[in-house]
Amino acid sequence: MRQHIISIKEFEKAEIDALLDRAAAIDEGNYDHKALEDRILGVLFFEPSTRTRMSFEAAMARLGGACIDMGGVEASSVVKGETLADTIRVVSGYADAIVLRHPKEGAAQLASEFASVPVLNAGDGAGQHPSQTLIDLYTIRQAMPLEGIDVGLLGDLRYGRTAHSLAYALTQYDVTIHTLAPEGLEMPPNVVEELRERGVEIVVHDEIKEFTRGLDVMYVTRIQRERFPDSASYYAVASSYRVTPELLAGAREQMIVLHPLPRVDEIDPRVDALPHAKYFQQARNGVPIRMALLLEVMR
Amino acid sequence: MKEEPGVLLQISPIRNGTVIDHITAGEALNVLKILGITGTTDECLSIATNVASEKSGKKDIVKIEERELCAEEVDRIALIAPHATINIIRDYLVCEKMGVEIPQVLLGVVRCPNPGCISNTNEPIKSRFEVTKRGLHCLYCDWYLKDDIPGHII
Ligand SMILES: [Zn+2]
Repeated sequence: MRQHIISIKEFEKAEIDALLDRAAAIDEGNYDHKALEDRILGVLFFEPSTRTRMSFEAAMARLGGACIDMGGVEASSVVKGETLADTIRVVSGYADAIVLRHPKEGAAQLASEFASVPVLNAGDGAGQHPSQTLIDLYTIRQAMPLEGIDVGLLGDLRYGRTAHSLAYALTQYDVTIHTLAPEGLEMPPNVVEELRERGVEIVVHDEIKEFTRGLDVMYVTRIQRERFPDSASYYAVASSYRVTPELLAGAREQMIVLHPLPRVDEIDPRVDALPHAKYFQQARNGVPIRMALLLEVMR
Repeated sequence: MKEEPGVLLQISPIRNGTVIDHITAGEALNVLKILGITGTTDECLSIATNVASEKSGKKDIVKIEERELCAEEVDRIALIAPHATINIIRDYLVCEKMGVEIPQVLLGVVRCPNPGCISNTNEPIKSRFEVTKRGLHCLYCDWYLKDDIPGHII
């Protein structure tokens, strides 16, 4: 049993597999609907992330538990200058676990040092978002074994930390990681170095058709407009990194396309109808994964 | 532990204080910065730079009178001068001689280069870095500090 869920890097393979197995059992309806009946989850979102928040609240509700949040107060307590450390110490007195979303990187680590109850990281700045990574792994595993596959990461791999976290988690399995990113948005060298040290093979691509051809999983991340000097240069890049049915015609039949959502232009809506598209399934998987995590820390 | 002052003190012997020897050539001023010694503080100092050294060719030496370094200060020096030796002088004699050792974890020693890091806010924590072969690794935000370590020392 784990106390806090801060970073995917702290999980061993056996622990990831056990969580995915538990989520799969939950998906089949094998869980105690009253498992967390007398438990309260403190939902502390210092920046909006409606879906993540809703899926944690839904997960808690399905296990019979209750959620409390700071309502609109979170903004004003920040305005008043209260430290996160103080907020965490206070809420630790009200709730049996805390799920935290915060704009600063490392906030969840800090919270875990001041909390007297388990802390679940629901994203800290551009930092860790372990439940998202578990959702990604779970969605892949629904379609194929997590061993011996080629996983492609496409889009903003410099700032897109969901891609980094997924890559770190995949180093525990026998996979080859392929990357394709616009110039200037490549995966940071220290991340690549660390991944290679962990024994994973990384193939860097510069052409989307060839990249697509060899994949079992294509993980697409959003390219943010604000990374570009003007909208013309953004559109020029975005259009050449766009996933379309025409592109996917050259892909392996069983290849799946994932995206942490929300998407903007990077996946053509016509792709939604293809069997490759698994991103809505991926979003739905947020609930069983978060149920598994809540059970892990609170039961 | 007592030994004759010898070569160390030939430049200008001090009665009480610290002699930091075998500093990487050129790093003497950074050592002073780490110790919080600036033009406006009033320590009595001797600095020798690019002194011939049998061990390393060239080295810097810093002598500070009436001050004995604490362990935390020694840890900081290790970051920029890993071969330095610290000699505590009492009544012209070397009373204690220690090497510097980079600790595994640096607490409150360097500032995280990531502006988005929680350790750069007013939270009641000290910065925390793990020393790795890839550089200093922030244990809050996961960033690496590789270049300009002296410039990030708090
Ligand atoms: Zn940091």
